Amino acid sequence: MTHLGKSSHVAAGLSMADIVATLYARVLRVRPEEPEWPGRDRFILSKGHAGACVYAALAECGFFPIEWLRTHYQDGSLLSGHVSHKGIPGVELSTGSLGHGLGVGAGMALSAKLDSEDWRVFVLMSDGECDEGSNWEAILFAAHHGLDNLVAIVDYNKIQSLKPVPETLGLEPFAEKWTSFGWIVCECDGHDVAALEKALHPAGNGRPTVVIAHTTKGKGISFMENSVLWHYRTPQGEEYEAAIAELEGSRP
Amino acid sequence: MRDAFVTRLLEEARHDRNVMLITGDLGFGVLTKFEAELPRQYLNAGVAEQNMTMLATGLAMEGRVVFTYSIANFPILRCLEMIRNDACYHGANVKVVSIGGGFSYGALGISHHATEDLAIMRSLPEITVLAPCDLWEAAEATSALIRTPGTAYLRLDKSHAPAMRLDETPFRIGEARILREGSDVALLACGGVMSEVLSAAESLSSEGIEARVVSHHTVKPIDRESILACARETGGIVTVEEHTLDGGLGSAVAEVLADSCAWPRGFQRIGLRSGFSSEVGSQEYLRQIYGINSAQIESAVHGVLGGSRVMP
Repeated sequence: MTHLGKSSHVAAGLSMADIVATLYARVLRVRPEEPEWPGRDRFILSKGHAGACVYAALAECGFFPIEWLRTHYQDGSLLSGHVSHKGIPGVELSTGSLGHGLGVGAGMALSAKLDSEDWRVFVLMSDGECDEGSNWEAILFAAHHGLDNLVAIVDYNKIQSLKPVPETLGLEPFAEKWTSFGWIVCECDGHDVAALEKALHPAGNGRPTVVIAHTTKGKGISFMENSVLWHYRTPQGEEYEAAIAELEGSRP
Repeated sequence: MRDAFVTRLLEEARHDRNVMLITGDLGFGVLTKFEAELPRQYLNAGVAEQNMTMLATGLAMEGRVVFTYSIANFPILRCLEMIRNDACYHGANVKVVSIGGGFSYGALGISHHATEDLAIMRSLPEITVLAPCDLWEAAEATSALIRTPGTAYLRLDKSHAPAMRLDETPFRIGEARILREGSDVALLACGGVMSEVLSAAESLSSEGIEARVVSHHTVKPIDRESILACARETGGIVTVEEHTLDGGLGSAVAEVLADSCAWPRGFQRIGLRSGFSSEVGSQEYLRQIYGINSAQIESAVHGVLGGSRVMP
């Protein structure tokens, strides 16, 4: 889909593909045939630029036909580069500007608490996105109000738009920041499905949870891994063939 | 206006547990009763307007009607993108309330002068923009917003005009209200500055000029029919707002007239002309300094009529 649409942000999608797969296959309580089922878990992709990855997961789960993916990023498509909810079953929130998902998710989580509902809210964020001050407002709020039905997941691939995170605005000591704000912190390998599944299990003791998932940007395609270039570049021609060959080769 | 809003909101919220009020840590003494009586429908988000607006969207997407509350520019400018992307784009029932329209907080300085809010908010897609002129309108606007789906901005004002109701016509979003009949000239205004308009209309009447005074409490969607009727039926139009002339009520009226090729016999906009309102003073004082008062309105009417008053 990214090849046909010549879209960017491929590496940002590969970075979180295992997280999204774990969520949809093992964690989220959702009903593809009833996307607005009131008891569903809410999933928000706050790093909206990696929308392609979520569209693919939703299509694989049966929220909409897989054929739709071929239109991604193209004239007249429903599937914009940054994730959109308009006309797309399964997408809770349109994003694209960073620093919006966690606060909206906190509002949803608070709503569930007020109504004594047991569904949870999952917000997948990027590491670069943690530069946005709006997130820290939401981080303060969620801990103060004991939103233990809220789970933030940071796709910590350590590369942002122009340079590595430590050369841009360093986040370390990152886990300690969340801990000091009152959150439960789980650090894990963001490509280890079993570890992710364990980390995403309900924690429940009156505090929100953040899963800091250590990931590799461009995971699975050797020439894209840990490269700033592939935040923007779209694979075409020989690069596309080589990328597909590597992904096919790693198919279980 | 603030009290009229809070009183009505509390009345509504007592009967509808989905109505929520979130403050950005402002409203000392004003929100106490609401909080005490309906603690589950009240929230102080702290000094965090971005999160306040995001929370409101999340709560609204789960079926609530959420009012965010702060003063002057705080609930709109700091979190403008949250209003646009989160609330408006998702059609969320978020009602953004500023209790400091125009020069309400005049002496506090330009950070507290909400003088571009109508222009900025009315440019957003899928939003309703209200600026009531009196206490009755402020209360009715509050109820109307609860019953109208989608995102809205409610600009309240420290000042207010005396309540004028010519008949029992109910408040309706999108329908301008005639506060005074007349056909020599039409005075179109929104917000508490209507008090200056009504006072100008009184003075003009003593000169034999009968002004039609119209409250455009809904700046978006603007009442086109009312504007076109003023162009057809009166000797000219003067718009009045405690707001910049760049994109506010006067601009909205001019757009309707030009788009319809309906040319009034005279036209003038009264509002802030340029630059920051950096003078210090009360709302009344600043209106005088910046020429948004009854004397200026009377003079504009004389200019518009150009000495050749059109008789009904």
